[in-house]
Amino acid sequence: MSAHLHAEHHPQASGHSRRGYRIGSALAIILTVIPFWLVMSGGLSNPAVTAAIIFALALVQIVVHVVSFLHLDTRSEGGWTLLAFLFTVVIVVVTIGGSIWVMYHLNANMMPMPNGAVPIVR
Amino acid sequence: MTDRALDPREAAITWHHAEEDAHDHGGSATVLGFWIYLMSDALIFASLFAMYGVVSTAYAGGPVPREIFDLPLVALNTALLLASSITFGQAIPHIEEGRVGPTRFWLAVTGLLGAAFVGVELYEFSHLIAEGAGPQRSAFLSAFFTLVATHGAHVTVGLIWIATMLVQLGQHGLTGEMKRRLVCLSMFWHFLDIIWIGVFTFVYLYGVIR
Repeated sequence: MSAHLHAEHHPQASGHSRRGYRIGSALAIILTVIPFWLVMSGGLSNPAVTAAIIFALALVQIVVHVVSFLHLDTRSEGGWTLLAFLFTVVIVVVTIGGSIWVMYHLNANMMPMPNGAVPIVR
Repeated sequence: MTDRALDPREAAITWHHAEEDAHDHGGSATVLGFWIYLMSDALIFASLFAMYGVVSTAYAGGPVPREIFDLPLVALNTALLLASSITFGQAIPHIEEGRVGPTRFWLAVTGLLGAAFVGVELYEFSHLIAEGAGPQRSAFLSAFFTLVATHGAHVTVGLIWIATMLVQLGQHGLTGEMKRRLVCLSMFWHFLDIIWIGVFTFVYLYGVIR
C-alpha cells in the first residue's frame, strides 16, 4: 500500500511490487479454481474433508491477497498497518469462532420445548 | 512513527519515511487511516459472518442451500470480481508514472467488471425471491441476504467511487491528491475481493456440501 505512494522514490520497490502482483494474481486464480472444481465435481467422498480443504484454501488465498494486493508487510507505516491487521484478525476469530462455538453448544444442550417447538437456532 | 525512532537500528529509515511523508502532503497518514477504516469494516463483516454461521442451518422448513445455490453463477461472479481486482492492478503502474489515459482505461474495465458482478448478484437475488426463497422465508435466508447484500452494497459504493475518479481524472489529471485517492480506492476494491473469498467459501461452497 505505501509502496504505491512511495514508488516514485523507489523504482526498485515498484518493480518488486509488480512481480508480487503477478505472482499473487496467478496464485489467487489457482486458489479460487481448486475449491470450485472440488465442490462442483461432486466433492470427495467425505464432506468433512472437502470442507476442511476449501476452508484451508480460503485462508491461504486471504493471506495471498493481503500480502500481494494490499501489500501488507512489517515495514509499511512503521508497522502500524500490520499491528492493526493482527488485532483485527484476533477480533474476527473471536467473533466468528466464538459465536458459532457458543451457540452450537447452547443449542445442543437446550432442553426440549414443552410444546415441541424448535429452538430458535437450527 | 515516534516510538520507532527509539529503536536505533530503525532510526535512519524512520527519518527517511518522515521526509517522504512531507512530499506526499500527508498521503501516508490518509493511507494508514483508510487502512484502519478497512479493518473496522472487516469487523462489520465478521459480525455478519458470525450471525450467518449461527443461523446457517435454521431453515424453518424452507429451502436448503443445496436446492437454491447455483454454483456456476457463483463461479461466474467470483471470476468477475477476481478479474476486476487484477485489472485494477494493471492500472497501478500507470498511476505511479502519471499516465492518465491508461489509468482511465483500466479503471473503466475494472468498473465494468464490478458492474457485471452487481448485475449478476441482483439477478440471483430476484431469482431467489421469485422462487419463494426471499429474506423473510427463514433465518438462514435472512442472514444470507444480509451478508451478501452488504458486500454487494460495498461493491456498488466502489462503482460510484470509480465513476467519480474517472470524471476527476479528466478534470485534474494525476495530481498527488488524485494518486492518494486512487491508492485508497485500490485498497477498498482489493478488500472487497478478500471479503468475497469468505462469502464464496463459507456461504456457497460450504453450504452446498454440508
